[in-house]
Amino acid sequence: MATKASAEVTEGSGGDGVRRRDFLNVAAVSFAGVGTVAALAPLIVQMSPSADVLALSTTEIDISKVQPGQGIKTQWRKQPVFVRNLTPKEIQEANAVSLSDLRDPQTLAQRTKPGHANWLITLGVCTHLGCVPLGIGEGENRGPYGGYFCPCHGSMYDTAARIRQGPAPKNLEVPEYKFTSPTTVQIG
Amino acid sequence: MSFSWAKPYEPKHPVMKWLDERLPLPRLAYGAVGGGYPVPRNLNYWWNFGVLAGIFLTIQIVTGIVLAMHYYATADGAFNSVNQLIMRDVNAGWLLRYAHMNGASFFFIVVYIHIFRGLYYGSYKAPRELVWMLGLVIYLLMMATAFMGYVLPWGQMSYWGAQVITGFFSAFPLVGEPVRVWLLGGYAPDQAALTRFFSLHYLLPFVIAGVVILHIWSLHIPGSGNPTGVDVKDEKDTLPFHPYYTAKDGWFAAAFLLVYALVTFYAPNYLGHPDNYIPANALATPAHIVPEWYFWPFYAILRSCTFNLFWIDAKLWGVLAMFFSILLLFFLPWLDKSPVRSGNYRPVFKRFFWLLVIDIVILGYVGGAPIVWWRTALGQIAAAYYFLHFLVILPLVSAFETTDPLPNSISESVLSGDAAEAPVATVG
Repeated sequence: MATKASAEVTEGSGGDGVRRRDFLNVAAVSFAGVGTVAALAPLIVQMSPSADVLALSTTEIDISKVQPGQGIKTQWRKQPVFVRNLTPKEIQEANAVSLSDLRDPQTLAQRTKPGHANWLITLGVCTHLGCVPLGIGEGENRGPYGGYFCPCHGSMYDTAARIRQGPAPKNLEVPEYKFTSPTTVQIG
Repeated sequence: MSFSWAKPYEPKHPVMKWLDERLPLPRLAYGAVGGGYPVPRNLNYWWNFGVLAGIFLTIQIVTGIVLAMHYYATADGAFNSVNQLIMRDVNAGWLLRYAHMNGASFFFIVVYIHIFRGLYYGSYKAPRELVWMLGLVIYLLMMATAFMGYVLPWGQMSYWGAQVITGFFSAFPLVGEPVRVWLLGGYAPDQAALTRFFSLHYLLPFVIAGVVILHIWSLHIPGSGNPTGVDVKDEKDTLPFHPYYTAKDGWFAAAFLLVYALVTFYAPNYLGHPDNYIPANALATPAHIVPEWYFWPFYAILRSCTFNLFWIDAKLWGVLAMFFSILLLFFLPWLDKSPVRSGNYRPVFKRFFWLLVIDIVILGYVGGAPIVWWRTALGQIAAAYYFLHFLVILPLVSAFETTDPLPNSISESVLSGDAAEAPVATVG
């Protein structure tokens, strides 16, 4: 071993202990490493939502027929969306709750658009494990807080779709949306 | 392979001799599962389940490959290709599909018995720690494969199973939701998720087969364990795998497959859920959503975490507890330090082993049943006990237990202590 090492030192540059072969080794392995990582990139990004899935990223909804106290269920990005026209009583109930009682503190005003406080638009996806809660359809169980009730693991939401009881950690998500006219909403 | 008296392979036919000199494949098989593998002579029937698991893996691969010839992995076509095309139109399709569906359940039954055999007889202890850990890797791969297979018929349980199980990932802060979307290739289960699950469901069984080879390879270094847990000392203690254990495994497999056939033919849907005969509907969740029975104990652990603790919320606790309940089994060889392997000679351990079995059965019951308050409480106690068993009881028992005297050798234990007969009975 000793003779071999000394032979390579003479072959390399100077006597500083770094041989030309070490440099070549590091350079070659680094280059191959970068190349391998670069080759992994397409294998990983192909799993992300494809263009046709992303193309469904906006949905227009006509809400002109939804009377106070009623709601409709629609789809956005293949996920259920709840559009609910809150009654004055439901709005009052939601505003009566103090924020300190909430697991995920938000006011109804923060969850609706200014001037459209009666339109509660949320995803119909329970924030626990993704089931569709009951309560949007006529006669469905709305749970003790008058909002939504998830039958899978018993999460209960209030009239502002905020989590009040059960295993879900967050309020029903409010998607990005805007009113394109007084009776149409564009989600996404 | 592992013992000096193992019979070497001697090809008789000139063709085999020619092959052996160029590619010693028959030699490998002879040493692994033939007359060249000496096995302890005292194995009981609990040792039959390893070979049986191999048989079920083969059944699943064979039936799965032919089912894939008729299955459409499309969100529009999957449900009908299974329930109309395969179940009604394809010749013998109903049989192949029911065989595959129940084959999965029976594969898990066999593997669970195999795992509990290992737990009772200390099969995870030195020098077989890697055998145990590779077995756990197989088990994890089986869970992934079974889950993705269950999604393929694209019924209500398929769809919502995919939604809930990928939802586990969303429990992790920050990265969770992007990871979930990346896994699904969308915001909810749909075409992208179905096609990739099909691809992986086809791939993973072959990965399992590869790990099975490593599992058997690492087993054959020390050789098989045995019900006394005493090491093999000499040739008297062993028998060649073939013909002794091939015969025993063969007859037992025939008996066990009879039970499998009874269920497949007479109660093919007994272990499934009727809701999976309703096509997937992204807008309505089934009222009572549960996984397949083999996941119930873990599902119960997941659901037992109903409270926030420290800075971690209940949802993440549930997911962590569920993952950890399996991961902790990897540390079992170091949690149980008792030098005695077999539970037969460990009076205290034996009692706690059966308590653990009862505990897991309770977890399974809770995981499969609808939520009511007392069942949640029962599940919480059972889940706590599960962790208590492995993390506290087992280390303490192995430190303080007085074990029973071990037999001097396997042959002595087999011959009921009639030492005078031993040399006569084992000659040859």
